[in-house]
Amino acid sequence: MTVTSFTIPPTGLRFENIDKRYGGRYALRRVSFEIEAGECAVLAGRNGSGKTTLLRIAGQIVRPTHGRLSFPGRTAGSDGNSRPGYVGHSTMVYDELTAEENLLLFAKLQKVESPAERAEGLLREVGLFERRTSLVRTFSRGMRQRIAIARALIHRPSVLLLDEPATGLDPLGITWLANSLRELNRAGCTVVMSLHGESEISALATRAVRLDAGNVIADTKTGASLHDILMFGSA
Amino acid sequence: MSLFSNTTVLLSKELRTEFRSRELLTTTVVFILVVLILFSFSISPTTEESREFGPGLLWLAILFAASLMLQPCFLREQSNDTLSSLRLAVSDPFSIFLAKLAANTLFLMVTELIMLPFFAVFYNVPVLPEFSWLTLVLFLGSLGISIAGTALSAISAQARMRELLLPLLLLPLLTPVLVVSATVTVSLFDREPIVKGKGIAFLAVFDVVFLTALWLFGEYLLEE
Amino acid sequence: MSKRIGLGFVATLLVIASAYASFYIAPEERTMGLIQRIFYFHVSCAWAGFTAFFLCFIGNLLYVWKRAQKYDWLGVSGAEVGLAFTTVVLITGPIWAHPVWGIWWTWDARLTSTFVLWLLYVSYLLLRTLVEEPDRRALLSSLFGIFAFIDVPLVFGAIRWWRTQHPQPVIMGGQGSGLDPTMKMVFFFSAFAMHVLMAFLVAERYTLEKMQTETDLLAREVEAQ
Repeated sequence: MTVTSFTIPPTGLRFENIDKRYGGRYALRRVSFEIEAGECAVLAGRNGSGKTTLLRIAGQIVRPTHGRLSFPGRTAGSDGNSRPGYVGHSTMVYDELTAEENLLLFAKLQKVESPAERAEGLLREVGLFERRTSLVRTFSRGMRQRIAIARALIHRPSVLLLDEPATGLDPLGITWLANSLRELNRAGCTVVMSLHGESEISALATRAVRLDAGNVIADTKTGASLHDILMFGSA
Repeated sequence: MSLFSNTTVLLSKELRTEFRSRELLTTTVVFILVVLILFSFSISPTTEESREFGPGLLWLAILFAASLMLQPCFLREQSNDTLSSLRLAVSDPFSIFLAKLAANTLFLMVTELIMLPFFAVFYNVPVLPEFSWLTLVLFLGSLGISIAGTALSAISAQARMRELLLPLLLLPLLTPVLVVSATVTVSLFDREPIVKGKGIAFLAVFDVVFLTALWLFGEYLLEE
Repeated sequence: MSKRIGLGFVATLLVIASAYASFYIAPEERTMGLIQRIFYFHVSCAWAGFTAFFLCFIGNLLYVWKRAQKYDWLGVSGAEVGLAFTTVVLITGPIWAHPVWGIWWTWDARLTSTFVLWLLYVSYLLLRTLVEEPDRRALLSSLFGIFAFIDVPLVFGAIRWWRTQHPQPVIMGGQGSGLDPTMKMVFFFSAFAMHVLMAFLVAERYTLEKMQTETDLLAREVEAQ
């Protein structure tokens, strides 16, 4: 994937005392840390530790109960929609529309310049150009991941969030993903992703944070090793 | 204007999705026909009675059909979490509602217009003489149903037993639309001009009130 | 707690007093006789029920704005108490109608509208049982409560207009149509008594909901250990 088509203003991600409560249960408790612009950060933790919730808050899909989210370095008037790009568990695109129609839809909604060109360009970058007129319903798991990423990148975000992006991908898919993320990160995009265990993708990480029951329990910034954070508690 | 252009883009998405499969329209048309026929079996009206009760049954059938047709409105945005991507993409969440309620109104009207000749034949009502007024009543009534229905389907999509819940929430709320639309429709077939003026004004007021409420509170309906 | 007991005591006294007044102080109505006395009870309950629903509406608006749980407690209390009073209205209406008109239900404008009102708040409570997560339940039911309440004038207006097309016998011969001064006094006293009772019931239900929520919270925290 080549991402030389745009310049990315470096933007970080800061969580300040984030709480998220669902009924009586706290999914996140006083989560505070900052990811520097240009880092490739990994969020690790068991299922139910709060990774997805934190990412959805970062993606501005969910509002925190308390606390503040900010993007240091993001300048006003930066290109297009300044929200982060978000790749979740679902593709977040329409099964009954074609790949092309989906990207055009999101490009137009986010007021991207020359939406048709942008959509076409992204389809080529993620390797789906040949299948652009096929309904997303017919796509394999790997292809669905690619269209999801294309959708997330449509507005040239300076921060990309991915929630367990390697799930269900075959080794070829994982290699493609690792290469794409490496390219994006090199071009200046801040990448934050949640992962389980070590892989080709976790090898890209310049930073890692571990969550457990909604609390931050380890951070490479404060001395923990990447290996420990990723493999902690798997024994 | 951003709201207008976003609404247009989303509306064309809604229409494209529906016209590709046409499942919603087909099932709704068939449903209304079945309901109308069943009504006449159970009541067996005379010609005079048909003319008097027909419009009421027509609007009842439209309401039942609408409460089924509105089910997938927000449910279909849940399967791939497209509601989240829409919310992220648009600056004003009201455009999501506007697009859906416009699409729903259109689908309802198409259904009603397809079904009108059958209604005219089964119930022996002269629909042609006051056709333009009839269309206006169908439009304002369908608009009211869509506005309330779109809002409530956003609520029921987040609850359990949503298939039963939506009609339960929607039908009492739409009582004014049912009562006024049916009365005006009867008067159209009996050619009473005074009734229709007031009734149509009332439907317009209902539509404006609920559209305003949706505009004020819509974003909270979509909150996660 | 003693304030609430005091309120309950006062409410009971007032209701008993107003019942006494309805039977012994208010003069007998010319045409309808004894059964007319149910009017004081019926209309007072209607007003008290409506005020309770208004309290629910206020709770709903405040919850959407401030997101404090206590507003949701107010909402559910107002809805339940309002529903209780409205049920009484729907029962006493036919009780009056039957001796006077010989039929139980006359599709009278106000009673029919009250029935729709009743259905709306039953739906409100039903919605609450179908959403498990407390914050979500509070938000969704508040939003529905707001829609329901703004629908109420439209319901009453539409049905009244509909009835002018097809006039039917009116329950209680039109409210306030020439009430004798003593009757007026008894009526307003009844309405006041019912409102005090309503306030007491709402306060009780509110406290119950508050305790329930706090207990649930404790139970969950214990479980999490």
